[in-house]
Amino acid sequence: MSLNSRHLWHFHGGLKLPSNKAVSTIKPITRALLPKRLVIPVQQHIGEAGKLLVKVGDSVLKGQVLAQASSYVSASIHAPSSGKVVEIEELPVPHPSGLSALSVVIETDGEDKWIELSPLHHPNTKSPTELRQLIRQAGIVGLGGAAFPTAVKVNTGPHAEIDTLIINGAECEPSISCDDMLMRHYASEVISGCGLIQYIVSAKHCLIAIEDNKPEAIAALRAVITEKALHTIEVVVVPTIYPTGGEKQLIKVLSNKEVPSDGFPSDIGVLVQNVGTAVAIHKAICLGEPLISRIVTITGEGVQQAHNMEVLIGTPMSELIEQSGGYHDDAAKLIMGGPMMGFTLQTDHLPVTKACNCLLVSNAAEQTADAMPCIRCGACATVCPAQLLPQQLYWHASSKNFDLVQEYHLFDCIECGCCNHVCPSQIPLVQYYRFAKTEIWNQERDRIKSDHARIRHEFRQQRLDREKKERDEKLRKKKELLAKKKIAEAETKKTADETTEIDPKKAAIEAAMQRVKDKKSAQQTATTNLTSATESSNEKSTQEQ
Amino acid sequence: MSILTAILTLALIAALFGLLLGYASVKFHVEGDPVVDKIDAILPQTQCGQCGFAGCRPYAEAISSGEAEINLCPPGGETTMLALSDLLGVEPLALDAEHDDIPEKTVVYIDEETCIGCTLCIQACPVDAILGAAKQMHTIIESECTGCDLCIPPCPVDCIHIKPVKVEPDTWRWPLPDHVSTAPQAG
Repeated sequence: MSLNSRHLWHFHGGLKLPSNKAVSTIKPITRALLPKRLVIPVQQHIGEAGKLLVKVGDSVLKGQVLAQASSYVSASIHAPSSGKVVEIEELPVPHPSGLSALSVVIETDGEDKWIELSPLHHPNTKSPTELRQLIRQAGIVGLGGAAFPTAVKVNTGPHAEIDTLIINGAECEPSISCDDMLMRHYASEVISGCGLIQYIVSAKHCLIAIEDNKPEAIAALRAVITEKALHTIEVVVVPTIYPTGGEKQLIKVLSNKEVPSDGFPSDIGVLVQNVGTAVAIHKAICLGEPLISRIVTITGEGVQQAHNMEVLIGTPMSELIEQSGGYHDDAAKLIMGGPMMGFTLQTDHLPVTKACNCLLVSNAAEQTADAMPCIRCGACATVCPAQLLPQQLYWHASSKNFDLVQEYHLFDCIECGCCNHVCPSQIPLVQYYRFAKTEIWNQERDRIKSDHARIRHEFRQQRLDREKKERDEKLRKKKELLAKKKIAEAETKKTADETTEIDPKKAAIEAAMQRVKDKKSAQQTATTNLTSATESSNEKSTQEQ
Repeated sequence: MSILTAILTLALIAALFGLLLGYASVKFHVEGDPVVDKIDAILPQTQCGQCGFAGCRPYAEAISSGEAEINLCPPGGETTMLALSDLLGVEPLALDAEHDDIPEKTVVYIDEETCIGCTLCIQACPVDAILGAAKQMHTIIESECTGCDLCIPPCPVDCIHIKPVKVEPDTWRWPLPDHVSTAPQAG
């Protein structure tokens, strides 16, 4: 096997684990049978759930949008096959909680008829923004397991210059082999997808990192690269140490650079994408097909036949197990994901989602013993690939000291499970960290909600005050108006009295007075005439005397 | 002579600092009590009045002035009490026995068949989370409801009921593992 000339580095800690992959890579990928019922959860990604575009009774074609991305960090979902929407209900989803979430149920018609696809034959003629839009429309999310919307991840912003694109084909977790098989069987699609992402983010180099336990995949990809004479894409063989496939760990191995604690790989000029995502991008852009299927590894001691299947999203897990020959008698539990990071499912009547890379059926022998007290051996700190202090995190998480766990960088924990694996007391350390993380998120949600309630309460208080003031003001005005009215009324009454009631009286009085005056004056003139007459007669008489 | 210089210098410095402080007290004057704001920020803002005060802010003011203890908030539970004790540097107090450490979050809903549209609940709601008008059926805006239950007593037909907040996969929390003996999950 040819090794690369490139110098590689090591990340802190990590484990060499038995890979258990060979058992599921013997057989080629088989296509799962088309199920009668497809159950497609509306939310299969990190971010907001999409907005439903269909209703019960609608006929849908394969690839038709069922729910559209509702906000920037969101992803669309599509009908994986043609048929009829028979139910839109809350149904159980594969989640550690075992809870239900809104899902669209399609009864397939068996025709598997596509909508009209618009493949792009010359993607390089389109702008990166247009290609990002196509990725967004295709509902592509990170297929490595995190299911973060890819259109958001490849939009690194105008300031981040991506120097290196890393395509993650490490697949470090034991038992899982879906990426291995994908690289073997879809090598040219992987390379095409790499080229597209490289073009979108204008990365100078593209490194495809594959662990050295996958020689067939390495050979297949190298063959395509030589055939197409691509100089900017290189396959890098990395040592098989768990968890090399972690984003930050892989960057460290390939470039000796470390992603800042609260930063992103783009801060140091790196973008990491999973190989499965690269193929999905190729399909979305070059074939026009949205993300409606994925490769799932079905493996473990508890299942009859271990292999990889190409599965439509929404296919019930129970049917996949059935098509793998069913369970062994000693099958104990069903795990979604690998033995290190996966979580136990309560039932197999759950749909395959975009994030489902592996179904692991373990047998009774794999069950763990009861936890013992911590003996402070420090083995967990030695293996921690994030260079944390798992023991400190454990103490503070178990005593619910959420400020201190954050001081110990809880959120840099990638939940790889290395500490769990080496703990001689078999303490379920990761579960403590998950507990602390979800509690902190919950507190954060509570805080946002209480801030919102405070604003609403204060607003209400203000409104009540304002209304009271307005009422008082109104009342005052009304009173004033009333008072004014009273005064005005009184005045009008007065004037009215003067004009209507007082006038005739006055007139009468005046008339009477006038009459009296007239009488008086008439009398006066009469008397003066009399007196003058008597006076003149008197004068006359005196003169005569 | 030197003593006089010293006295004069010190007097000058004192006057200078006095002016500086006087200016600062005017320029950087803080309206209200910042401690009350900090306490208020910790309280859950249900405005339920179970502490005996008319809402979260009055309780915050009472704590700040030393009139009330820090363990009177049932919706906040132990978390709030510990945060308050941390903020104020006082000893944590036990919660009243009747309250849970981590109270279950609830909201209310209106049985719309029974509602007569009296608007009494609307007047009681501290966060305007009830929609309705006189003689029209009312309904609770669930996303705004704080679960204070203040709307329940005024309702003349008892049509308001409590229900727990639904846990979604997004808001689900991992349980704390059983410390002493962690039983493996049954398959």
